[in-house]
Amino acid sequence: MADKPLASEYAARPEGAYPVIAEDLTKRFGEFTAVDRVSFHILPGEVFGWLGPNGAGKTTTIRMLLGLIRPSAGTLGVLGFDPVTQTKIMQAHVGYMSQLFTLYNDLTARENIHFYGRVYGLNRKALAQRQDEIIQMAGLEGREDMLTANLSGGWKQRLALGCAIVHNPRVVFLDEPTAGVDAISRREFWGLIYAMANKGTTILVTTHYMDEAELCQRVGFINQGRLVAIGTPDELKQTHMRGQVLEIDTPEPDHAVRLLKEAQTKQSLPIDEVALYGAQIHVVVPSADEFLKPVRAMLESEAIVVSNIVWITPTLEDVFISTVQNQAGQATPGKEIKN
Amino acid sequence: MAKSLQRLRALIYKETVQILRDRRTLLLFFALPLVELFLFAYAVSLTVTHLPTAVVDQSLDTRSRNFIHAVVNSGNFDVTLMLQNEQQVRQAIDAGTVKVGVIIPPNFERQVLLGKGDVLILLDGSDSFSVQSGYTAALSITQKYSLDLTTEKVQSGGASTVLNALTGQLPITTNTRVLYNPDITDLIFILPGLIALIMQIIVVTNSAMAIVRERETGTLEQLLATPARPAEMVIAKLIPGMLVAILDMTMILAIGVFWFQVPFQGNIMLLAGLSILFIISGMGLGLVISAVAKTQRQAQQLTSVIQLLAMLLTGFLYPRTTMPLWTQIIGNLIPMTYFVRVIRGIMTKGVGMTFLWKDSLTLFAYAALALAIAAVISKKRLD
Amino acid sequence: MPIDVVISTQALVKHFKGQRKIVTAVDSVTLEVKRGETFGLIGPDGAGKSTTTRVILGLLRRDGGTSSVLGYDSMRDVYEIRERTGYIAQQFTLPADMTVLENMRFFADLHGIPHKLQKSSIAELLKFAGLTEFTSRPAGRLSGGMKKKLALACSLIHRPQVVLLDEPTLGVDPVSRREFWNLLGNLRAEQGLAIFVCTPYMDEAERCNKVGLIYKGRLIAQDTPAGIKKMVPGHLIEFKPAKFEAARKLVTGMPGILEVQTYGAMLHLYIDETERRQKQIEEALSAQDIAWSGMRGIEPRMEEAFISLVRRQEAADHGR
Repeated sequence: MADKPLASEYAARPEGAYPVIAEDLTKRFGEFTAVDRVSFHILPGEVFGWLGPNGAGKTTTIRMLLGLIRPSAGTLGVLGFDPVTQTKIMQAHVGYMSQLFTLYNDLTARENIHFYGRVYGLNRKALAQRQDEIIQMAGLEGREDMLTANLSGGWKQRLALGCAIVHNPRVVFLDEPTAGVDAISRREFWGLIYAMANKGTTILVTTHYMDEAELCQRVGFINQGRLVAIGTPDELKQTHMRGQVLEIDTPEPDHAVRLLKEAQTKQSLPIDEVALYGAQIHVVVPSADEFLKPVRAMLESEAIVVSNIVWITPTLEDVFISTVQNQAGQATPGKEIKN
Repeated sequence: MAKSLQRLRALIYKETVQILRDRRTLLLFFALPLVELFLFAYAVSLTVTHLPTAVVDQSLDTRSRNFIHAVVNSGNFDVTLMLQNEQQVRQAIDAGTVKVGVIIPPNFERQVLLGKGDVLILLDGSDSFSVQSGYTAALSITQKYSLDLTTEKVQSGGASTVLNALTGQLPITTNTRVLYNPDITDLIFILPGLIALIMQIIVVTNSAMAIVRERETGTLEQLLATPARPAEMVIAKLIPGMLVAILDMTMILAIGVFWFQVPFQGNIMLLAGLSILFIISGMGLGLVISAVAKTQRQAQQLTSVIQLLAMLLTGFLYPRTTMPLWTQIIGNLIPMTYFVRVIRGIMTKGVGMTFLWKDSLTLFAYAALALAIAAVISKKRLD
Repeated sequence: MPIDVVISTQALVKHFKGQRKIVTAVDSVTLEVKRGETFGLIGPDGAGKSTTTRVILGLLRRDGGTSSVLGYDSMRDVYEIRERTGYIAQQFTLPADMTVLENMRFFADLHGIPHKLQKSSIAELLKFAGLTEFTSRPAGRLSGGMKKKLALACSLIHRPQVVLLDEPTLGVDPVSRREFWNLLGNLRAEQGLAIFVCTPYMDEAERCNKVGLIYKGRLIAQDTPAGIKKMVPGHLIEFKPAKFEAARKLVTGMPGILEVQTYGAMLHLYIDETERRQKQIEEALSAQDIAWSGMRGIEPRMEEAFISLVRRQEAADHGR
């Protein structure tokens, strides 16, 4: 399941050809293994999704890649540098935007960009040009002299992204960059991400929005410290989906979900998974052809109106739920512990 | 290296901009040193002149009158009271009306002629500076006067008197007694004031910071949405600080009295009661700061200003009597000024309400004002 | 006011003094929430969702119009409102050094619940929230999702009739979000709560009985989710093109295509008639040698409706 680069693959590619490499990466905090022998690599200019439940080890991995914490075992390479021993050199070429990313609220947008630019070593001329570039890229024209404290959520995110890439890094790590941002701003934000990728920047991004995960060229899914799946979204839907997904539209989703969960427990129907997506229900069954009608029948027999029931391509979230179920162990212990 | 300098410059620039944007802190950075400068230049003086003095003239003759003139003309002593006897002088010192008592015994003229003139000087030992200055001044006045007398005698008399003058004693000696603090131990003088200062620091800092901190972290909004009344929230914030202050006071007092042997002459219950008033008034000060300060940093700095003013202007260390009027007025606005007198009065002098009623009343008024401020400041909304 | 309206505003107005001018954060908002209803307030960042909520609760001063909760006026009867409502602020923080149990007791005491009743109420709520094993854990050391659940439990300890939530699941992973909403749903079933929630998540908006869409302080839509979706004309189809940009450019100009949206790697198109246009699109794609998959008509969701309505409003505002 884990995507281990074969020795021959390595030999074929020269040093540093993969902007990001991790091999058997492990991190232990006392008794607790946060990251367990994770191996993957990211291709140049790729938008790589790094997905998984909270507490699964996503942020710990990123911190190791950034050289912020030291791995317990395994090897790492970012742009051919070793994050542990060549931290500062590597960081000069890497950008990082985190949820806790602190923009200075008492500086203006422009001043924030200026500050980070100087800290990253841009000289005056380069910085002046870059400032204008970033303001334009982030759509902050007209807002660049506003105090950051007065910018609303979506604009702050864009500014934070701008500051994270002010030094034109070749690799960027984005940790939930669009959390809570409205639908329109999110799409615009991903437009920015794609623009960066098209220019050759390698991007690793974590997100909980499934439509954004679909926008990644490849995704890696980590759960309980282990890499349980890696590949393009399509590949994962084919290889990691246990069963097929029925999508149900009904005016009474909560009631329907309850009935379906009962059926699952009693196994009166071979239901693998029941999940609510907004007002729609996804039901995973071994075969859509075989079980579409029985599922409908069951619901209608309980006086639930089924406006629509159809077999759909699984979403990535369906895949992950299925994968998590496949993994040994139920509740994620990591969830209870604060990151 | 060049890159490092560049980064350093960038960081410095950021910090500077952040400070410049913080107008209030900026004001304090410049106002504070200026205040300190002027205070030290004009208000604070280590030697005391114009000590309020009570004089008892039990001789009522030319010599005694001349002596009193010498005392007055020296400029060190402001004779404000003419009393009848030592007992009255002690009472006046107890009451704090005078700091020095000069008592001339009967038959001064004859005693002086015999070369046995003796003046009793009483000094208020609870006030260290007054003691030092008063003592030195009294001594020098007496010596000078004595010298004048001797010169006079020599001029009028013959050679034998010169010999006498040179070898003998001066005709007037002073017998100085420092009340309450006979060894002039610094700690006895400092400790009561120190207690007052520490209590103020704790109470003012705690009240200001607790409120500003909650405003900053955002828990305020969550609590405002409950039935909790703003008054309740404010009081709850203040009470732990109050308890800490009381505990601290008790601790320092205990150590001071039992370990350092600082005398405690007066009524501890009285002190307790007045301390509570003082604490409440300190909270008022803290609340005012919390209303003005927008961030914890600003609150911290405003608190420092208050502490500095308290150290300099309340009579804790530096005597108030010699300060120019305007600093005395500022000092009068600070509750601690009154409490310093109260605690010194109780601890060192052992006096009671008879002498402390004025200061107690003022403390009471401040405490009431503090509660009024608390009521006004408590808002039930965010804006 | 009829007894079963729990929240009501009429032409509500709130101003903020900016550096140079006055900003109208809430611009004449009229809305109504009935007993037992879940009302979702959605809108772009900075549209005025939080401000509206705070004014309703009396946490901010009202500048115009009226607002009331359970018949009590937001400005005059603030404490009556606070006794009967629960609230989770956007930047809520529970005292981090107090344990889960201590937090619950704290809020129970603030609401004046007698000690005898506290024990059972608290135990019940903790069980609902799945926090029973964590009673002695300091609140600051709970995971993000559990903090939110604790906040919810604390806000409901006094059995309020209305609970107002300001983006309660912000920054929380989808699993925990679901658990939170399940919990909310269960509690609502138990206690008959009315819920007023601001949310940036469209899937949460779907589960509301009524949704209000606020844009630059104005309420531009207020209806059931179905009603709001119907505000957008046309039918919705989706498909996944092999060449995304090319396909997008292609369909944007085509006749009968009312609107083009993206969703992940898929295109969502609002078209005027399904049969005819779908065929035309398929032909156009083939002609350009663009492969596609999964073309089907879908029911619009809140997300599509949101994007469409906000864009329309933006265009309308610019047109002026």
